[in-house]
Amino acid sequence: MTAGLRLKLENIVKEYPGCRANDGIDLTVEAGEIHALLGENGAGKSTLMKVIYGVVQPDEGRVVWNGRPVTVDSPARARELGIGMVFQHFSLFETLTVAENIALGLPADEARDRRKLDQRIREVSERYGMVLDPRRYVSTLSVGERQRVEIIRCLIQETTLLILDEPTSVLTPQEVAHLFTTLRKLAKEGCSILFISHKLEEVRSLCHNATVLRQGRVSGDCRPAEVSASDIARLMVGDDTPISTRVPAAKAGDLLLQVRNLCWKSSDPFGTSLKDVNLDLHQGEIVGIAGVAGNGQDELLKALSGEIPRTRGDMNLGGFSISGLAPDRRRRLGIAVVPEERLGRGAVPRMSLAENALLTASGQGLVERGLVRFSRVREFSREVIRRFDVRCNDEHSTAASLSGGNLQKYIIGREALQNPRLLVASHPTWGVDVGSAVAIHEALVRLRDEGASILLISEDLEELFQLCSRIGALCDGRLSTLAPATELTIEQLGQWMAGQFEHAEASHVAA
Amino acid sequence: MELLINVLAATVVAGTPLLLVALGELICERSGVLNLGQEGMMLMGAVAGFVATLTSGSLVVGVAAAIVAGVAMSLLFAFMAVTLAANQYAAGLSLTIFGIGLSAFVGAGFVGESIDGFTRVAIPVLSDIPVIGRVLFDQDPLVYVSLLAFAGVAVFLRHTRGGLLLRAVGEDPEAANANGLRVLVVRYLAVAFGGGMAGLAGAYLSLAYTPMWTENMTAGRGWIALALVVFATWRPERVLLGAYLFGAASILHLVLQGLGWNISTELLAMLPYVVTILMLVLLSWNPVRTHLNTPLSLGQPYRPGR
Repeated sequence: MTAGLRLKLENIVKEYPGCRANDGIDLTVEAGEIHALLGENGAGKSTLMKVIYGVVQPDEGRVVWNGRPVTVDSPARARELGIGMVFQHFSLFETLTVAENIALGLPADEARDRRKLDQRIREVSERYGMVLDPRRYVSTLSVGERQRVEIIRCLIQETTLLILDEPTSVLTPQEVAHLFTTLRKLAKEGCSILFISHKLEEVRSLCHNATVLRQGRVSGDCRPAEVSASDIARLMVGDDTPISTRVPAAKAGDLLLQVRNLCWKSSDPFGTSLKDVNLDLHQGEIVGIAGVAGNGQDELLKALSGEIPRTRGDMNLGGFSISGLAPDRRRRLGIAVVPEERLGRGAVPRMSLAENALLTASGQGLVERGLVRFSRVREFSREVIRRFDVRCNDEHSTAASLSGGNLQKYIIGREALQNPRLLVASHPTWGVDVGSAVAIHEALVRLRDEGASILLISEDLEELFQLCSRIGALCDGRLSTLAPATELTIEQLGQWMAGQFEHAEASHVAA
Repeated sequence: MELLINVLAATVVAGTPLLLVALGELICERSGVLNLGQEGMMLMGAVAGFVATLTSGSLVVGVAAAIVAGVAMSLLFAFMAVTLAANQYAAGLSLTIFGIGLSAFVGAGFVGESIDGFTRVAIPVLSDIPVIGRVLFDQDPLVYVSLLAFAGVAVFLRHTRGGLLLRAVGEDPEAANANGLRVLVVRYLAVAFGGGMAGLAGAYLSLAYTPMWTENMTAGRGWIALALVVFATWRPERVLLGAYLFGAASILHLVLQGLGWNISTELLAMLPYVVTILMLVLLSWNPVRTHLNTPLSLGQPYRPGR
């Protein structure tokens, strides 16, 4: 391992039609350094990563690797140089085994002897404390384990610069701590790490240096441990955007939703079944459901909205059983749903905002005697756009033309204006810029204060602790107890996310 | 007993063209490309093989011409569906329609001509094994080719790096590209292999099964092969089983007629299609195993580096 400068980017420019994703970016990473790359969605982080990893070519600028200018024209070339990358969406093949996945990234002669390769995988995984069985199929692995496969694959390829794109967003707090131990060990051995994140506290605890991007430019460099999280956030969003929500305490009212022993059996062999979920939700409170992706969050949302029929158990809304009702009947009773995917489930991409309003809000007097009242539809849509500060041309813009944050504001606004009694929202601020996230949080709190119950499903623990009065976690389709947010520690929640809760405890629900 | 052995031997012969074309399509689909042009490629292979044999007098030249014709047709498809990333369904269908028309045009002057087709060549020693010897090892050379192709495909898929690349590209071309694999090259090769096998299957019909050329002589075998690959859940063993099942059912009506049964010939002619698909539907029941063998990107065009 050579000491000194590992990677130096000079004046990188990358232009896409209608957008200058990277506008003259400089960046240096030293050997053995853990360097954070920060920025909001759309700030240009992923484009810069793709430039380094050879997925896209820069229009201008120089890449200097270990002191020599290089052209990285493909991921294969990047790997030859010793640059490895773990994408946010893993590039693993589910129908292959761990060893086969790793073999694909190796030169043919190194991958030929499978037994030797298995041995190497075991050695590396033990050395860095990431236990992994090379013979298992990737489709049977948890998200955390899949990430290990990606990292081990990079290590076996003798990577000297490891790029990690939002690696902690899919992990429990314990897994995050474990990952950080591994990364520190790697850095100590001389491997450089480029750590992309928007979780500032993690960056402050792990990274030596940080480069902050905003709108395609470097807006600042800092040593994260020496400055406060809000200073870094300022660099990320600029001066004129609010960066946090004030959440006044909730005043919970009467019991609204009661879920008892809700079960749903998945027919997909790799799907998650819901197992005896118990849940009480009061008026005027936000209850949070944490959990690693794919542990039944989507299924719970669908069971509540009526998209999937429950196998067993009861759901009561205000003393009225909704278990057997179809989605539209439930909507009429005041259940609103904001699903995880904005485009495709929350909104139809190629329809206008007004038409999308019609999809769930038709009960608001928008349809009369079977005929659509388009003037009212447009009026309703304009109202949403105005009240929730949706940035778009007008109500005729297509849903797909909006940025993630603005579309999400529109979808939340559409539901909120229908005065729901219960709002089930899944990952409402996922992939949303800080300004929109604050607006969405404020909308949820306002709705709560007007007396609605909100069930907030999220992987963002900060968000959950900030907004929710009670929090629980889903693991493998089981729901833990719901504990008051003020009494719950991150460690406890992390254990729940990993499934460490007594089943007896799970069926007992704290009121 | 003698009857049974003859029936089994005829089964293998009837199933062989289906086995050849289905093995090719299996490889093609495993790369994530669905080529609905099988019927067109088979017909082109059949007519090219027949014409080349008739003019050159050599069956080997005929077989080579058939393979070349199939590959050429498939490259046309690959250019549309892989390079230009056109809709695979539309490109495949147009290939079939094109192949039906072109083969009829090319073969128009050769209808009614006849050649000496492939004849049985017994393999020494092996053909002396009771039953199996006659059924598998006393056949024409193209049957042996089909058996070798089957073994080759099975080993290739499971035990070679090439097979691994193919499966990876078929599951997720984006991820394959991120892993530094050359997706388009793999897909081109897979499509070309499918084309060659379809051409060979066509040659089997016009040079061995019924040594002559008639318009549309594939009689829907290309379509059956497509269904066969899906219901065989992309596994070569099941493709083999399905192909021979089809072969058995398609000669069954001859046997039944021989036994003096009186069933409508239309119903009997339907039998192979129904039996094959029913059996394979029943076999493809286990969802876990199916999932592990399904090329998840099947039918989706891939454009690298947007």
